Amino acid sequence: MSLLSYFFGSKQKTASVAKERLSLIIAHERGTNRAPDFLPELQRELIAVISKYVNVGPDDIKVQLEKQDNCEILEVNITLPEQPQR
Amino acid sequence: MARVIVVTSGKGGVGKTTTSASISTGLALRGYKTAVIDFDVGLRNLDLIMGCERRVVYDLINVVNGEANLHQALIKDKHCENLFILPASQTRDKDALTEEGVEKVLKELEHMGFDYVICDSPAGIERGAVMALTFADEAIVVSNPEVSSVRDSDRILGILQSKSRRAMEGREPVKEHLLVTRYAPKRVEDGEMLSYKDVQELLRVPLIGVIPESDDVLQASNQGTPAIHLKDSDVATAYQDVIARFLEEERPLRFVNYEKPGLLKRIFGGK
Repeated sequence: MSLLSYFFGSKQKTASVAKERLSLIIAHERGTNRAPDFLPELQRELIAVISKYVNVGPDDIKVQLEKQDNCEILEVNITLPEQPQR
Repeated sequence: MARVIVVTSGKGGVGKTTTSASISTGLALRGYKTAVIDFDVGLRNLDLIMGCERRVVYDLINVVNGEANLHQALIKDKHCENLFILPASQTRDKDALTEEGVEKVLKELEHMGFDYVICDSPAGIERGAVMALTFADEAIVVSNPEVSSVRDSDRILGILQSKSRRAMEGREPVKEHLLVTRYAPKRVEDGEMLSYKDVQELLRVPLIGVIPESDDVLQASNQGTPAIHLKDSDVATAYQDVIARFLEEERPLRFVNYEKPGLLKRIFGGK
């Protein structure tokens, strides 16, 4: 087996696996680690304001900062309850 | 103005101290008055790599605490006229490093007419590493073509971009350079190792050089001679190229392609 693979060079190319794994994990960690410090605070304040008018919990508001090339997108996702209560 | 350069990596054992020793030596050989500071408080090693371990009297923490002045603590390099080493403390812990203290030392070095100050960062992302990069104008991020090293380099780049003074004060960002070390062209060609292009693509930092994997590095550290001094060594040549590129001279990349050993070399053996 090892003699055969020696002659036919069936050695796995692991470098490409490494590159693929790294590009995924680095993209993911850049997103989470490099978020500006104000995001949690912004999220708290948004919850405070919105819950004055709509019955939303802390988990219903998601604040995310995404980067696409040179453009930063601040995404605020608010899940409203099915029957808004005034 | 003294230019502050941090040599950093996140991961340990990738060649930060080897690089600090060779970069500082290379700049001094070019005529610049250069200081190299070991920020690895508690685990000093730069003194051994530079071959001045028996001449250490005072260290960085002594100077920070005012127990010694810089003139007393700086050790003149035995090979180069313009090179001085400021060792780390072996007995204190890293909490002894304060931002004010480090700033004071750097300002004083500037007053003493130093052109370059090289900060040899410890591994990790804790106090010592952050202190080493806080005042940096430029950063040499050392990375091996290997998954954990590349990931840690990306982490340290994030810290550079958020915690350095330049970032905090919204000034022009720290100039980043990528140095790929322990590079084995044959393994890259065989598809076993990330290429320098892969690493650069992943980290998105301009490449300043590639240092080949070599037995010479151990030979150099055994003797306490920075690798850049070695005669007929690819590593020394590669570091000289790095210095040239740092000083904005054009140098093509070397030692990145695998050359099949010739028949003679195979018969008589060679490196």
